[in-house]
Amino acid sequence: MRSYILIRWIPVLLCTALCLLAPSHAPGQEAPYFVTYTHYLEEPDNLEVAANSTFATQRGGNRTLAYWSELEYGVTGWWTTEFYLDGQTTFHDSTVFTGFRWENRFRPLKREHWINPLLYVEFENVNGADKILKEVEGHDVETDFASSNAEGRSEQQRELELKLILSSSFKGWNVSENLLFVKNLSNEPWEFGYAWGISRPLALKASARKCSFCAENFVAGVEMYGGLGDRYRFGLQETSHYLAPVMAWNHPSGFTFRISPGFGLNDNSHRFLLRWGISREFAGFGSALRRLFGGRS
Amino acid sequence: MKKGLTIAALLTVATVGLARAQQQTAKSKTDPYAELRRVPEKARDRANPLSDDPEAPIAGEKLFERHCMECHGRGALGTRKGPSLRATEVQEATPGTLFWLMTNGVVRHRMPVWSKLPEPQRWQIVSYLKSLGPASGARAEAQASNSSALLR
Repeated sequence: MRSYILIRWIPVLLCTALCLLAPSHAPGQEAPYFVTYTHYLEEPDNLEVAANSTFATQRGGNRTLAYWSELEYGVTGWWTTEFYLDGQTTFHDSTVFTGFRWENRFRPLKREHWINPLLYVEFENVNGADKILKEVEGHDVETDFASSNAEGRSEQQRELELKLILSSSFKGWNVSENLLFVKNLSNEPWEFGYAWGISRPLALKASARKCSFCAENFVAGVEMYGGLGDRYRFGLQETSHYLAPVMAWNHPSGFTFRISPGFGLNDNSHRFLLRWGISREFAGFGSALRRLFGGRS
Repeated sequence: MKKGLTIAALLTVATVGLARAQQQTAKSKTDPYAELRRVPEKARDRANPLSDDPEAPIAGEKLFERHCMECHGRGALGTRKGPSLRATEVQEATPGTLFWLMTNGVVRHRMPVWSKLPEPQRWQIVSYLKSLGPASGARAEAQASNSSALLR
């Protein structure tokens, strides 16, 4: 239970501290996806703090509620770095801390193009009880999640994850495709996965009045993600796939709320996932931190 | 051994990246308006489709306050992080030039791409900027700032 409290309260404590340290917020125009990445990076010097959850049903096992905290920082205009802490509660079992992830996204091209590539490198150190389903890869299937937390925790996974992110914006629509390459560092084969998403704000023009519920503050879309097997058994056999409508509400106060019900597309997938999350962006975090330690902003 | 090498490689990449990013920031004390001259001619000639919309500057102001004011300051007069957009160079630039810069950003100099805002919203911001008019001394202020970004 202590892990649950720790992971759940980290974003709250950070938000409070950051409100005092870097009072200016930066209302974001965030994409609604939970799994798919677009080519938009965090604005330089800004920090985004997020808390997300995934509820999953489980055939032949207990339902789970997984959660992760995210700290995303814009180092430069072409580099964003992000740190995650993961945990989960399995109903009728226990609550456990499941590990951390450190990801970096790089934008190789200076200008906008029809298709904008982004390179993604992540190192993750999680245990087998991790159930956030932030990505689906290789032969990940629902039965993998049926084991108890005690069993899961005994299995340590150190993985290197690479993604090629391709993303386009056209007439208000965003279309993003991600190809996923994962290598478990303990001598297992490369595994593959994919995610794609399409979304659009409910209104393209902003209204002249200040409002919380204007259509332009809402972004809706759909994303799909799944595994593509591994180096030796590439393809759709024994893989799981999900289709998930997504919705984000970018509130003018700087908070973004997201929700997404997800549906498993085959018998290897969880039947139902429900994801939700809240995030807030703090402008000038890097400068504020430098000021705090006596440096120049 | 392999694990150690991979982690070492990752850390090296991150360190080199950070060093390069800092070098770029140091190098970037140049003319903050230079990027205006690099906009392709075709993009410069694009007309603002919302130029006749009386609400466009008002909505643009709202969007500016949300997305741009943090760097470019209240009334677009500039801050240490971003230059004034009331300088003659910006105010005399065509709407198409401002739209293109907002869309593409100046990524190497810390101004992000703003194509995540739908086109009409970017044009609304352009309408707002053009409605402001030049402010005296804006250019001098911008050059005094340490920033190299044109827009943010």
